[in-house]
Amino acid sequence: MQTTIHSLKKGQKAIILDFDIDIIPLKLLEMGCLPGNEVELLQVAPFGDPLYLDINGSHLAIRIETAKQIEIELIKNK
Amino acid sequence: MSLKNINVALIGNPNVGKTSVFNQLTGLNQQVGNYPGITVEKKMGFCKLPNNIKANILDLPGTYSLNASSIDESVVIELLLNKNDRLYPDVALVVTDVENLKRNLLLYTQIKDLEIPTILVINMADRMEQKGISLDIPYLEEHLKTKIALISSRKGHGIEELKNLIISYKTISSEPCLNASVIDVEYFNSLRQAFPNQLLYKLWLVITQDVNFLNLERNEIRSSFTKSHSDLKRLQQKETIKRYQFINEVLKEGLKIDSSVAKDFRSKLDRVLTHKVWGYLIFFIILFVIFQSIFQWSKIPMDFIDSTFATLSTLAGEHLPAGMLTDLISQGIIPGIGGILIFIPQIAFLFLFISILEESGYMSRVVFLMDKIMRRFGLSGKSVVPLISGTACAIPAIMATRNIENWKERLITILVTPFTTCSARLPVYAIIIGLVIPDTYVLGVLNVQGLTLMLLYVIGFAMAIFSAYILNIILKVKGKTFFVVEMPNYKLPMFKNVAINVVEKTKAFVSGAGKIILAISIILWFLASYGPGKEFKNAEKIILENSKAHPLTETEFHNAVASQKLENSYIGLMGRGIEPIISPLGYDWKIGIAIISSFAAREVFVGTLATIYSVGGTDNETTIKNKMAEEVNPETGQKIFNFGTGISLLMFYAFAMQCASTLAITKKETNSWKWPAGQLLFMSTLAYLVALIAFQILK
Repeated sequence: MQTTIHSLKKGQKAIILDFDIDIIPLKLLEMGCLPGNEVELLQVAPFGDPLYLDINGSHLAIRIETAKQIEIELIKNK
Repeated sequence: MSLKNINVALIGNPNVGKTSVFNQLTGLNQQVGNYPGITVEKKMGFCKLPNNIKANILDLPGTYSLNASSIDESVVIELLLNKNDRLYPDVALVVTDVENLKRNLLLYTQIKDLEIPTILVINMADRMEQKGISLDIPYLEEHLKTKIALISSRKGHGIEELKNLIISYKTISSEPCLNASVIDVEYFNSLRQAFPNQLLYKLWLVITQDVNFLNLERNEIRSSFTKSHSDLKRLQQKETIKRYQFINEVLKEGLKIDSSVAKDFRSKLDRVLTHKVWGYLIFFIILFVIFQSIFQWSKIPMDFIDSTFATLSTLAGEHLPAGMLTDLISQGIIPGIGGILIFIPQIAFLFLFISILEESGYMSRVVFLMDKIMRRFGLSGKSVVPLISGTACAIPAIMATRNIENWKERLITILVTPFTTCSARLPVYAIIIGLVIPDTYVLGVLNVQGLTLMLLYVIGFAMAIFSAYILNIILKVKGKTFFVVEMPNYKLPMFKNVAINVVEKTKAFVSGAGKIILAISIILWFLASYGPGKEFKNAEKIILENSKAHPLTETEFHNAVASQKLENSYIGLMGRGIEPIISPLGYDWKIGIAIISSFAAREVFVGTLATIYSVGGTDNETTIKNKMAEEVNPETGQKIFNFGTGISLLMFYAFAMQCASTLAITKKETNSWKWPAGQLLFMSTLAYLVALIAFQILK
């Protein structure tokens, strides 16, 4: 199923598919947010934003407005 | 053989323990300064290596890559691209964290492309077993074309081996470990042909980065090889992907993680510290403890310093040969220096708490916790760090806004940070609270003076937030908005790092503020000891004339002469000139002088009063506080520092923009005089109005 990081639930993992390169900051790419890499939602801040993610082994937090721009495909639970 | 020191540059991502490696290599042998023209901290140190070889160690600012997004990061690129720089490294140490090796290696592959001999330092090796990580060092060395130092800067392991590697830097490969130019063969080939003598990766950085390059003809390179912003970014993405592909391949063989071993301490702690109730509760308890302890714990050393300087001043006055110079020393310089040294304990405590919060990784959780709330006021979660460190000093706090990516959020943070109660306000608060607030307890444990101080912090913070809210509505600034914050591992703060940080920051603060205060105290002393007119010159005669009817005792006569002189000295005339403006706030002309002189720096207030009262009085033995408490209005006979005046002063200092250095840093960081001028005008007006209202209600 194709969706964005925004709709991940806590503990869910997914693979990054694509995003609009003009919107996503280079710094995020350098931290490992690249197509094909794995992303997991670790925590959601109180009030629902920002999101605390594990992207390709890097632990970082981004805001929902950015998370909405990153398309992902959920990894099915085995 | 030449005896030139080896230049070593420490490069690495934030949160990899780079500073601990620096501290391990240099011990206390380090200097902290600034890069010329900019306020990026430059840390240099010296290290003795085996075989009598010495090295200059340069600790470069932490950066995630060579694509700069802040001035701190630009410093790294500018140095590495300029072979003629005095500090250009003979060898680069790229410091990485074994748990974040994949991400940390991105920067490493970029440094390798600059063809500098590079040693890969893998830090935090002591955590490998606990995390189930194993490394194939020979394999990694072969594919990454380097020598690896596996160290633990926390435990001091592997430092000697690292030193030995540094000595043999000439044998270390300076060859790139991958060819990133395959991402656009045609483009890079034509670039290579046009500039055959330049490194390809250097050219690429010149094209993509917005930094100063001394030795490359940037315009020429740019004009013929420019691309649209979006095309460049696409290429940069390809480059990043290419580099990660390489890193993933190497690590597939070279790094094994047995995930069953990893215990998840981190996620458990995260769950509590970022919890919607516990998270905020813990944060506020931490703040509360910090502020109560700053006031309570610093009290004893502060009283000690205060009385020491009072004694010193008396001793100097008694034992040095009488004369102008002695007066200058005992009444100008010693009270002036005392006025600044007195707040060493509080500054040291503040820096101690702040560096513990940062070192432990907790600060990032606060950023995460506060982002949504702060955004409502036009700020970012990252504004919390400047606002908290602003309680130490607004200058480093404003510099700490550099990692706020969004310009509007950053600008607002810069503009409102000076409202937070910095340590320079503390001596003013401390002395006035001591004078007008009773030293009693409520509920048995809460000290009323401590509570008042905390209330002042709350007021400062609330005003910062409120102004941010207003500015967010008024300011029309457009900028890219994004927010990325790394959530580092929790670490037990290292004593050595924290101690060095506290000592360095306190030293810088005292010497910076000390120079201003010393100069101002000397000027003040002159202005207070000399006057223009007959009223000053003939003070003795005038007093004698006036008191013919009621002869005075010797002490009374001395005091009367001294105050006649002070009133008619240069400073007295200035002070009385502004009295009409400040008397509605409840201040006399002496306070007025202190307020004027403290526009250079707030802490000057106490020093100024100390100097003025030392010149005015004959009795040197009491401390500044006692002198202030005894000060009486000659017309009404009431105490000058009564409740109304005290509260009015507290309010004035809570809001007034009285710090020349903060204005200078605001100008530097915003690149315009418009913002510091606005800051000065807005904050001073607000301070005056609030102090006016406070006094008129309470008098």
